[in-house]
Amino acid sequence: MNFVVPDFYPAAAEIFVAIMALVVMLASTFARGVRWLAYALTQFTLIAAAFVTIYTLKGDVSYTFSNLFIGDLLGDLLKLLIYFSMAIALLYGRGYLADRNIDKPEYYVLALLMTLGMMVMVTANHMLPLYIGLEMMSLGLYAMVAFDRDSARSTEAGMKYFVLGALASGLLLYGMSMIYGATGSLEFSGIANAVYHQAANKTVLLFGIVFLMAGISFKLGVVPFHMWVPDVYQGAPSAVTLIIATAPKLAAFAMAVRLLIWGLFDVAEQWQSMLMFVAVLSIILGNLAAIAQTNLKRMLAYSGISHMGFMLLGLLSGVVEGDRHYALNAYSSAMFYAVSYVIMSLASFGMIILLSRAGFEADSIDDFKGLNKRSPWFAAMMMFVMFSMAGIPFFIGFFAKLSVLQAVVAAGYLWIAIIAVVMSVIGAFYYLRVVKVMYFDPPVDPAPIHAPAELRVLLSANGLAIAALGLAPQALMSVCAYALLASL
Amino acid sequence: MLENYFPVLVFILVGLGFGVAPVILGRVLAPYRPDGEKLSPYECGFEAFEDARMKFDVRYYLIAILFILFDLEIAFLFPWATVFQEFIAAGELAWFVFGSVMVFLAILVIGYIVEWKNGALDWE
Repeated sequence: MNFVVPDFYPAAAEIFVAIMALVVMLASTFARGVRWLAYALTQFTLIAAAFVTIYTLKGDVSYTFSNLFIGDLLGDLLKLLIYFSMAIALLYGRGYLADRNIDKPEYYVLALLMTLGMMVMVTANHMLPLYIGLEMMSLGLYAMVAFDRDSARSTEAGMKYFVLGALASGLLLYGMSMIYGATGSLEFSGIANAVYHQAANKTVLLFGIVFLMAGISFKLGVVPFHMWVPDVYQGAPSAVTLIIATAPKLAAFAMAVRLLIWGLFDVAEQWQSMLMFVAVLSIILGNLAAIAQTNLKRMLAYSGISHMGFMLLGLLSGVVEGDRHYALNAYSSAMFYAVSYVIMSLASFGMIILLSRAGFEADSIDDFKGLNKRSPWFAAMMMFVMFSMAGIPFFIGFFAKLSVLQAVVAAGYLWIAIIAVVMSVIGAFYYLRVVKVMYFDPPVDPAPIHAPAELRVLLSANGLAIAALGLAPQALMSVCAYALLASL
Repeated sequence: MLENYFPVLVFILVGLGFGVAPVILGRVLAPYRPDGEKLSPYECGFEAFEDARMKFDVRYYLIAILFILFDLEIAFLFPWATVFQEFIAAGELAWFVFGSVMVFLAILVIGYIVEWKNGALDWE
């Protein structure tokens, strides 16, 4: 037997979060009356996990658990961003959940287990942990979407998400089994090796890639696997929509990068042409369908589809005719896009939560009418978010779009760049409509906004961050590039 | 490559034929003279007592789900037990192998405590 005791050190953060999830479960069971306990412990765990990750940070790549686990800078950076966005999302959603009497301790246990699933996803070096992490994340999300048990919409959304998610998981597993059949390995480096030496059966490999692509597309929510996105975003409680739209997108990005770049880089041109189809259709459909929406959550769902399409533009322009010169640049632009989308998404759903109160959902665009008269400060914040999502200079969303488009043009796909720019201009219409409604329409409900101080402070910080990062995007961009450079 | 899948296709076709052929043969060969009595539903020769779609108490599902959870742990313990013997014989790492399955069981026990304390096992 060549079994050795694995090195637990690189996985310290995962082990810590797993233990803390159990602690929160036990604590909230035995101290049922103490309502703040589960929330406080969860926030503590996310912050402490960030310190553990920073403490165990290493510049080089380490493998452990029989090569199932990879510890690298890309994984650590994405994990830090996941803690960060989960912590903010839970803070935003707390008052919202309390108003609807669904701030049960189980919600926070699910959130922690979901975070653990995402951590496993971003540090997977093998198909199996990747799949287990994905399922852990998805199962937590299904339950959270249906958490408002008395709401028919929420239950329906949870059911839809579960059925379609199970189907997508099945497709993904089928693809993984095909790739295993073609290459004889479930480990990404083993797959890459077999593909490099052309030991893999090309037909079976391509067949597997098609199914993998379907699974990845579903998790990212891009055309033609986008059907669940609008319904789930609208039906889920806003606090849960906020979570779905943020951290899982980073985890899905990590999944795409690990599978496609770590495992299948040598057949990049095959999956790039599939991604091209998916990305262009997402940008077109997302932007056109968003125009027709009157519900803000639905509109943001379609805008999310087009943003994910944009993000994929970065991934598909890495290799051109065997030339890998641009790969690092392209992949880091995709990562920068994903990160900036998460920051914008946090603020946009945060604004919906800010305007909602007990018994009232501010999820219609009409609810934002005359926001400038009710609260000029938050109207300005919402304007920042909308300008940034539309890609108007000089907000972070502009630089995200710019860097992705630079990568696409460098790869020679001028026609894709033209479609993307035209669609962004069309997309600007529905973002600017929200701004117009806030500044030029009379308010439906002139009452001032009531919200807890922590939500106001953090949402302001989030809005200002969008503007500030837009003035100095270089730091975040170079962090993304450095993390990929150190890990590839 | 694809010809390797030919036996699978044959298998599917034979299976399909095996299921469908007797039904068709029965319909074609047997005498078929239906009347109202023959076509009406019955249970063991009697009139139907009640609707076949009964409502189950949702608590059965809860118990069933909890049962599956703890039943599946056995699926992990059996292979572990066979490998564990080899580790004891080799004399090294036995404690590590023992400890790792104990961690797995401890996680399940915590789940058990939580569901018990929250009343998931109470029938009333």
